[in-house]
Amino acid sequence: MKFGVVVFPGSNCDDDMVHVLGTVMGFDVVKIWHKEKSLDPYGPLDGIVLPGGFSYGDYLRSGAIARFSDIMPEVVRFANNGGLVWGICNGFQILCEAGLLPGVLLPNEDKKFICKNVYLQTVNYNTAITSSIAEGQILKIPIAHADGRYFIPENEVNALWDNEQVLFRYCDENGQLTDESNVNGSLYHIAGVCNKNKNVFGMMPHPERAAEVALGNTDGHLLFEALLGVHS
Amino acid sequence: MNKNTEVTVETAGKLGLLPEEFDKIISILGRTPNFTELSIFSVMWSEHCSYKNSIKYLKTLPREGECLLVGAGEENAGLVDIGDGLGCAFKIESHNHPSAIEPYQGAATGVGGIHRDIFTMGARPIAALNSLRFGDLSLPHTQRLVKGVVSGIGGYGNCLGVPTIGGEVYFDPCYNQNILVNAMSIGTVKKGETVSAIADGPGNPVFIVGSATGKDGIHGATFASADLTENSAEDLPAVQVGDPFQEKLLLEASLEAIKTGAIVGMQDMGAAGITCSTSEMSAKSGTGMVIDLDKVPTRQANMQAFEILLSESQERMLIVCKKGEEHKLDAVFDKWDLECAEIGHVTDTGMLEFFQNGERIAHVPSEPLVLGGGAPVYDRSYTRPGYIDQLKDYNSGNTPAPDDLVATLKQLVKLPNLLSKRWIYEQYDSMVRTNTATTNTASDASVIRIKENGKAIAATVDCNSSYVYADPEKGAMIAVAEAARNLVCTGAEPLAVTNNLNFGNPYNEEVYWQFVHAVKGMGNACRKFNTPVTGGNVSFYNQSVINDRVEPINPTPTIGMIGLIHNMDHFTSLSFQNEGDAIIVIGTLRDDINQSEYLKNILGISDSKCPYFELEEEVALQQLIRQIIRTTKVQSVHDIAEGGLFMNLLESCFEHNKGFEINNPGMVRNDIFLLGESQSRVVVSISQEFKNSLTDLLGQNNINFVEVGRVTGSKVRFEDHDLGNISDWKSVYQNHLGQLIES
Repeated sequence: MKFGVVVFPGSNCDDDMVHVLGTVMGFDVVKIWHKEKSLDPYGPLDGIVLPGGFSYGDYLRSGAIARFSDIMPEVVRFANNGGLVWGICNGFQILCEAGLLPGVLLPNEDKKFICKNVYLQTVNYNTAITSSIAEGQILKIPIAHADGRYFIPENEVNALWDNEQVLFRYCDENGQLTDESNVNGSLYHIAGVCNKNKNVFGMMPHPERAAEVALGNTDGHLLFEALLGVHS
Repeated sequence: MNKNTEVTVETAGKLGLLPEEFDKIISILGRTPNFTELSIFSVMWSEHCSYKNSIKYLKTLPREGECLLVGAGEENAGLVDIGDGLGCAFKIESHNHPSAIEPYQGAATGVGGIHRDIFTMGARPIAALNSLRFGDLSLPHTQRLVKGVVSGIGGYGNCLGVPTIGGEVYFDPCYNQNILVNAMSIGTVKKGETVSAIADGPGNPVFIVGSATGKDGIHGATFASADLTENSAEDLPAVQVGDPFQEKLLLEASLEAIKTGAIVGMQDMGAAGITCSTSEMSAKSGTGMVIDLDKVPTRQANMQAFEILLSESQERMLIVCKKGEEHKLDAVFDKWDLECAEIGHVTDTGMLEFFQNGERIAHVPSEPLVLGGGAPVYDRSYTRPGYIDQLKDYNSGNTPAPDDLVATLKQLVKLPNLLSKRWIYEQYDSMVRTNTATTNTASDASVIRIKENGKAIAATVDCNSSYVYADPEKGAMIAVAEAARNLVCTGAEPLAVTNNLNFGNPYNEEVYWQFVHAVKGMGNACRKFNTPVTGGNVSFYNQSVINDRVEPINPTPTIGMIGLIHNMDHFTSLSFQNEGDAIIVIGTLRDDINQSEYLKNILGISDSKCPYFELEEEVALQQLIRQIIRTTKVQSVHDIAEGGLFMNLLESCFEHNKGFEINNPGMVRNDIFLLGESQSRVVVSISQEFKNSLTDLLGQNNINFVEVGRVTGSKVRFEDHDLGNISDWKSVYQNHLGQLIES
């Protein structure tokens, strides 16, 4: 399984993803410039990552301009062919804007940028990025965003639960869904979702920032470990 | 005023030039300058660009050391050797006046500017710190400024993708009108891959890249070199507007362009824009430049020559390219969708020649414009301020013991200078680039690992300006000592310093006395710690005119210091780790509460001397702490600073929700034992099993120490006072500052 990390103008977590996927995990990984018009070298057994950052400065709505980049129709095609697509933070926002994932990311409830460790409970353990997480295990993974409040219209929420598309929810360190733990005011504490086919993933927390002993936190490593099990 | 304005000594005065400076310009040119030329001299000879009132004393600072890869002042920022073929570029710079007028943009462009200083050298910025000073937090004006500055720093740095890893924030009424925003950037570069700000090779083309040039920030350097008054808000066009997205593109494109090998020299455009970059680059190479201003991409039509020359529009660079390799530059900037315009070429005349509409509108030599060249250098006179001799020593002999110690402690922990700055730093992305080791391990300095060699850089910014006010020489020494101590406590070897000297008006002789003595103390301390000063920034004119009375800020010589953790095994937390561990205070307890937060802000006494400090004692302490970290099994190391031993212990508890029980060994009164801020003291914790190895080492080194108690599960106790559970203290500590700011 090889990975491509898409670099939009303003992406700033691309190096971090390349470091963790490549140096830490040992995957083949290359950067893909947003002006590329083809993902032909990537087959359904490979993965495409949309990293965090401020694509196009996020001067309109986060991710709203990046979805029109040359590479995006190819990412959509790749996803529709069953390829694994994973968007983190700004990447999640772009995937929502592109319609590959349901819902939108609104400005945080308190209107401020928030960067800190948060706690996550896993809802669906049977996906390509969650299968290494032990049942009931609470993850500590940082967030860093201003627009991370997940929202989806009421009439679409049930489908999300029924199809087991909710991946992670913000909770406290004991796994309780307290109001205070819902750090940005997301609907139902939702921190990450996937598509119906379980091959497109989006999450606001940054697992790549919590994947090394040297940084004092390896909870995020579990998500990358799960990828090792895919197609192996 | 426009280009046809007749130039007289009065015109010069309006641009901030003195009559003798105007005469000097005439003698340099051999004629009266036209308005455009006068504008060029006025910005280049402004305090901000020329350091004319400070350079004499800056030259007394230690500027050499084994670790330096370039000499102080030779490049845009200091560059130190961090081993394994890597260099670390770092610098601090102020953006005080713009931030006081327009806090969001002022702070944002301060961040953008300092990062450009780093990547113009070819180094990738990997971390940012900042030192912020605000006025009385109960004032709505202060609250507005805090919110604006913090969102400006975050808005710029977060988007740029450089983590803000640390800093300091102080509140004091002396900054009510004149806040301080000092931003520091740290970058890394492979040795031999740096780029200099030079303009070698007559005939080589000159490019301007990045954003288009607009009318923002014109005369910004002059604005920064004048008193801040209640009318300063009318100078709003002198404040620049930042675009972090453009800066991100410029950062990546610049580093990529360097790799092509086509670049001869590069300099960012900060203060005084095109004027400063063209004159400094050609002066450094002994060359000249012909620049056609019609070729500069502008944001609006009909900009006058002096507006283009003086514009401080952000996110721009001047590049001298190898002739014949222009296409390499074009290709990179085209990829990043950035402007890349050839605007002229290097000459061998030593003259700057600016053209507009085919007409040569300015013709001035580059050398006399620049610092170290012909720019004026002044030696101001100074007078010892009267207040210095009025200050008193405060101790148990002349202060009352508190009636209710517990109430006093609860009051203390709510002081803005002591509260957690969580409300502030959580708005900064502190983790992007995945190097920040202090996210999950609290430590006295901020630590970023270096992926390339397994080592880590520790960095800190420090200055307690109340101490400097009370004794500029000693206070500046303490600022250096505390910075070094913070690095040492994390397990680092202090390497080098960048300084940000924030003072009042240098023409005020008492202010200048503070400046001269602070620089002296700083120099002496830096020599002792073997940490050369690689560069930095001087910001004068920090004062406000209120009801016709001029009030200078506290002298604030902020120290930015970096150090190297050679082996990550030495990286040490400030946090208590295990219940039962012994708590040992290393250093001497003294009957001294001078300039403490307790004395100033609870007892309301402001006329105290500087707290106890002796440089030799501090050096010995730091050497011993380094040895302790390397050779014993200490669990935590944390220096005693603002708020004294009590705040030190609380801060040591929060990360792992531990508590402490301690007793006063009886040398000094309880409140002074807990809250005094006499210097050169460090608290360590260690398991009972390994305690003797530590105390033996301390004994052999003849240093005072005392075991004051032990770490508990969560209970806090002092003598027979039950101080409750650590969670109650933590809740106040973490949340109260946000409540004060948003009240």
